[in-house]
Amino acid sequence: MTKESLKTFKKSLWVFHMNTGSCNGCDIEIVAALTPRYDIERFGMMLVGTPRHADVLLVTGPVMKNMEDKVKRVYEQVPDPKAVIVVGNCGATGGVFHESYSVAGPLDKIIPVDVYVPGCPPRPEAIIYGVAKVWLKLEEMEGKK
Amino acid sequence: MSEKTTYTLPIGPIHPALKEPVAFEFEIEGEKIVGVDLKVGHVHRAIEWIGTQRNPIQIIYLAERICGICNICHPLAFSRAVENIANIEVPERAEYIRTIMAELERIHSHILWAGVAAHEIGFDTVLHLSWAVREKVLDLIEYLTGNRITKAVFTIGGVRRDITKDQYPTINKALNYYKENLGVLVNTFLDDKTIQMRSKNCGILTEEDALKLCAVGPTTRASGIKKDVRVDQAYCAYGDLDIKVMTPDIVTGEVNGDVYDRIVVRLLEVEQSVDLIEQCLDKLPSGDLVAEPKIPKLLATLKKTEGEGIGRAEAPRGEVIHYVKLDGKNEAPYTWKVRAPTYNNLLAWIPMLMGEQIADIPIVAASTDPCMSCTNRVTVIRNNKKEILDNEELHRLSIEKTRRFAR
Repeated sequence: MTKESLKTFKKSLWVFHMNTGSCNGCDIEIVAALTPRYDIERFGMMLVGTPRHADVLLVTGPVMKNMEDKVKRVYEQVPDPKAVIVVGNCGATGGVFHESYSVAGPLDKIIPVDVYVPGCPPRPEAIIYGVAKVWLKLEEMEGKK
Repeated sequence: MSEKTTYTLPIGPIHPALKEPVAFEFEIEGEKIVGVDLKVGHVHRAIEWIGTQRNPIQIIYLAERICGICNICHPLAFSRAVENIANIEVPERAEYIRTIMAELERIHSHILWAGVAAHEIGFDTVLHLSWAVREKVLDLIEYLTGNRITKAVFTIGGVRRDITKDQYPTINKALNYYKENLGVLVNTFLDDKTIQMRSKNCGILTEEDALKLCAVGPTTRASGIKKDVRVDQAYCAYGDLDIKVMTPDIVTGEVNGDVYDRIVVRLLEVEQSVDLIEQCLDKLPSGDLVAEPKIPKLLATLKKTEGEGIGRAEAPRGEVIHYVKLDGKNEAPYTWKVRAPTYNNLLAWIPMLMGEQIADIPIVAASTDPCMSCTNRVTVIRNNKKEILDNEELHRLSIEKTRRFAR
């Protein structure tokens, strides 16, 4: 990410984290990204408690059938312009659970996804890189408006 | 006007960060909880069913993904169940390396939990402190296994990676780091007045209830029951090591079974794990890493094997049991049943939460370490009006209570 792009962004990114059936592996790496070693909060990014405050929806885990309508509802609650990151192999492709009868499918079959962070689980560096990518994407959207 | 004086407060059923989603229904009288009910099994990944479609080597990969935090104990228990059926003798060196890995997992999981517990009572400084301390063990795990989280060191009949003599200095350096820095964490948790006020006499689980509800792991040990698979039915290398069951009276001299005692037990176990790893490194015998290095040959043997076996292991949260049945015709097991420790400990929430305040729900629920990083959403029915309390609101109530005590 270049210095210029940091300057042009209007506000800090707020992220709502949703788990749709993950094993917690990705979730603890996301928390690791927030805590002192990686400290993503120094860029002003933080996890928020409700999708209505968020710019970015961050989803982990394969989408289970029970969670399908909930993930759609959460997505609709995030105000525009919004972006979706999927962290981990399970959410991107179904991963190790692909053949399960209770998996509704990878996330992009249910809601539009902007950035995929592969890995099982991805390292915190990869998650931060994913968030930086989505930052640029949001800027682009703002420019188009 | 009805004469009903209690209100119902449902939490869940979907907690997005919980591996085993649960639904609570609290009956509340003002701020006090007078009744608790819970339902489990809302999100179900069908892991056991997927297991019956794959061969045992592939299942090890799947078993690691039952839980991202306890990803040592599940493959360990599964391998032990299969070894049990096929009478595979695991080489002694592999048993020691398995023990080291299991203890590394315990260190990382207990420190992770300590941070989450601090967060639940609104003490975020300690969350950051403990997660900063935790990174060191992740570095060590990465150095030894190649991965930070999923370690992928287990295979049926042994382990996949060796620990060599030239790795000792790095391991000892990391262990010494814990010997030096754990004191800070222990002091913060055990001597801080605010933490004591929030955790003492809160969420009590009596010895009788713990036995009746079959609670496992640190939750039951904090109630004074000496129950630990590592001691009761020593597996891997635990039989050769100097290990005792950690109960809170070692430090405090008494057993209350409250949240404070559960903190004490976990911190004691981190110290114990560092000691156990050192013992293992001292005694590490030479020899093979795996009983049968040729995987196709191993799979062919397992295909012909018929029988059933049980594998037990002490996960950071308690006892985990895997039951496997091979039918002698197919590569994939006929049945695979997993019993994770949180399943037992969930029921212990009911006596713990009875009589407590709403603001105590997060810390009491977190005290059994249910892999719970956020309480999603709560609906309070107050005077027949529905109010939605989200995670932040609950967290705020919890922080307010801490502040009241701090004043």
